[in-house]
Amino acid sequence: MDLMFFYSLRNLLTRRLTTGLTAAGMALVVFVFASIVMLAEGLKKTLVDTGSYDNVVVIRRSAVSEVQSGIERLKASIIETQPEVAIGEDGRRLLAKELVVLITLEKKKSNSPANVIIRGISGSSLELRPQVKLSAGRLPRPGSSEIIAGRSIVKGFKNVGLGENLYFAMRPWTVVGIFDAGNTGYSSEIWGDVDQFMQAFRRPVYSSILFKLRKSSEFESLKKKIESDPRLTLEAKREADYYREQSEMMAKFLRILGQSLTIVFSIGAIVGAMITMYSAVANRTGEIGTLRALGFNRSSILVAFLMESLLLGLIGGFSGLFFASFLQFITVSTTNFQTFSELAFSFKITFEIIYKSLLFSLVMGFIGGILPAFRASRMNIVEALREQ
Amino acid sequence: MIDKEEETHNTRDVVFQVRDLTKIYKMGEVEVHALRGADLELYSGEIVVFLGPSGSGKSTLLNILGGLDTATSGSVSYRGKDLTNASEQELTEYRRYHVGFVFQFYNLIPSLTARENVEVVTEIAENPMVPEDALAIVGLTERLDHFPAQLSGGEQQRVAIARAISKNPEVLLCDEPTGALDSKTGIVVLEALERINRELGTATAIITHNADIAGMADRVIYLSNGIISEVKTNTVKKAPGELKW
Repeated sequence: MDLMFFYSLRNLLTRRLTTGLTAAGMALVVFVFASIVMLAEGLKKTLVDTGSYDNVVVIRRSAVSEVQSGIERLKASIIETQPEVAIGEDGRRLLAKELVVLITLEKKKSNSPANVIIRGISGSSLELRPQVKLSAGRLPRPGSSEIIAGRSIVKGFKNVGLGENLYFAMRPWTVVGIFDAGNTGYSSEIWGDVDQFMQAFRRPVYSSILFKLRKSSEFESLKKKIESDPRLTLEAKREADYYREQSEMMAKFLRILGQSLTIVFSIGAIVGAMITMYSAVANRTGEIGTLRALGFNRSSILVAFLMESLLLGLIGGFSGLFFASFLQFITVSTTNFQTFSELAFSFKITFEIIYKSLLFSLVMGFIGGILPAFRASRMNIVEALREQ
Repeated sequence: MIDKEEETHNTRDVVFQVRDLTKIYKMGEVEVHALRGADLELYSGEIVVFLGPSGSGKSTLLNILGGLDTATSGSVSYRGKDLTNASEQELTEYRRYHVGFVFQFYNLIPSLTARENVEVVTEIAENPMVPEDALAIVGLTERLDHFPAQLSGGEQQRVAIARAISKNPEVLLCDEPTGALDSKTGIVVLEALERINRELGTATAIITHNADIAGMADRVIYLSNGIISEVKTNTVKKAPGELKW
């Protein structure tokens, strides 16, 4: 059987040009499939990494995101006084009442406008997000028109460099710092004092409350307590779950887009593989007759040709994945449909994507090869031997 | 003389017994009678040459003996086992374990080396030879890792013979083994076949339209128009080296 494997492999290598072209077609399909799934995975990872499992986000019931949410000050005070909220080293509660607003900024490359999240932060906002590090400048002073911008915002938008002034909410705001939140959604935000933002944007309510749990295990009981309190009409979610949900709509869209494109492309690749394999069978009719005369049964011939087609698919799969893996070095910025804001994220390859892409390429090889292999296995020996 | 020969044959093992063998090919409404009631026996360890012009039914007879084709009527038995009613799987196993084929155009797998071409058979056979030993018998120890395209016609045919004998078959069926070779190379190939017959005792059936080859056979079976027209026994066999054409 080992020899039959090499027989299949060498036959592919013998027909280098047709093998190369067919594998290239399959590689293209796998590339498209893998790249779009990698994009969806990158988006998901960026948003999921944004949240912490032990933090709780409270938003208005039925609000899909912070942008749509509103929490009155009184309700915020009730949440703040819950005993499940963790206490920091300085004796203050690890809780941040925040405002999230969208503004429009001009992109550097395209000069086109895009929505950017403005987040009003309070005392514990930074402490609750240890992944956020100040990389340049300083933090904004409370009560001032100072802001800090995320790394991706500085990279992609105009007028947000350190020391530059940004005009929004009818006021100029000075960028006094740049922060880096790694590959998380926070890198695509601008932060400033929550009270200043509430005044400037004429918003009497917070968008969300973020706090750390005293004990992670208390989440379910606290959630039940908040959501059943008739005064609140609020919803509590673990921060990690909240951001996972934020990625779902866009990731789903990308997956559907990827699958649709892939299905259309794969039909072409399968037909290509089928033509190649039919041609291989036609060119090797004499060999098929010989192998049958030597004592190989029909199933061995079927397996040999199917193996050849599967190898063809696998070559395409590995090639497509090889080129797709370079996309990891690219960061893209696009609008997250859920929050209507700009979000920068990278392509992310995972073991599951590798496994699915290779499986997909094998399926293409199988579908493309099964009919030619079946034909080869059903050949009349004497007639096949005459075809030399 | 004939009685003596019959007596001798009766004491030998019958490998094939063919009775009233008919093969009709249907091409649309036209029927082509390739074999018309052939009767014969092949005995263990003998060399038989089938002689006849093109279309006389030699290849059809060989194909049916080798389990590559089926008869329209009549019977063929191998060691008492009926081949005419054998299933597809039984015929495959028969070819795999009992018969070695040598074809006119060698039929080697071009993507495999000489050694691998032999290994293809030894991998599926029961108690096969070591591929290197089979190639040594035909004098190709120096060419083990050469691909068919790197070998001469005679060498390729010798690889094909090594492949055929590597399964230690009881019968070697050769369809025009020298048909694509010049006389000098053809004799080298026939010497290899004669040596295998002598040393391994493999019954060898050779199809040819070259009457000169008949000299090396124990028996010569003449076919004409699908009928066995004559069977001759050589009282004195020629060595392949003595043959000329």
